[in-house]
Amino acid sequence: MLGYSGLMRVRVLYFGVLRDLAGHREVEVELAEGLSVAEFLAFQRASFQRASVAEASQLWDSIAVAVNKEYARGDVVLRDGDEVALLPPVSGGRGL
Amino acid sequence: MRIEIVDEAIPAEAIVAEMKAGADGAVCVFDGIVRDNTRGRRTLHLDYEAYREMALEQMKGLAAEAVTRFGVRDVALVHRLGRLVVGETSVLVVVASAHRGAAFDACRWLIDTLKTTVPIWKKEQFVDGAVWADGEPFPAAMAVHSGDDLEMLG
Repeated sequence: MLGYSGLMRVRVLYFGVLRDLAGHREVEVELAEGLSVAEFLAFQRASFQRASVAEASQLWDSIAVAVNKEYARGDVVLRDGDEVALLPPVSGGRGL
Repeated sequence: MRIEIVDEAIPAEAIVAEMKAGADGAVCVFDGIVRDNTRGRRTLHLDYEAYREMALEQMKGLAAEAVTRFGVRDVALVHRLGRLVVGETSVLVVVASAHRGAAFDACRWLIDTLKTTVPIWKKEQFVDGAVWADGEPFPAAMAVHSGDDLEMLG
């Protein structure tokens, strides 16, 4: 548990091309309480770009977010202990 | 319903055989296999990875929805992960139904919907490099931003 209020801890998972760009599959981060999915995604995008691993903005515009294994809209508010996954467009199943 | 994510070869023929029941008049099978090229570029193998727990839940949801939506009797949905070579089955969809129309429709809907909503990705290894396959855009209901549509899934 956190020692003071105002921050929450979430587990972030990266998949596909984002995992390669991040260099790892998961990371724990501390965020301000009350952060929405849309705000979180904007922060992630900026931090990838700061680290000079920016991909085409087309990729970031097409990413979906899952919170605790369910697709989440931008206005969903994150909570302490959430598992937040960044999902590039999926490509399972048959060939293109 | 047999809904699985596996790391070894999919026993397609055995799954199709076990899906048949007396009430069925049709079994429709989609066997998705690894092709030897993408737009003419020769493929050595594909590596599939998934957000495994979520992918399995999504697949279970699709199978249940297919049954209610198309009135089919039973569905099997199996996806394989890891490294697959040309000709191997990556995904198997089997639909058993009293009549062929519903079986065809459900089978087509299942593979098309799986392809855009189930969190599985593939990296293609070519003779001259590797790339993550471009996915199709997420349906509006799964996207972070989708205009004024505030309807959640389900």
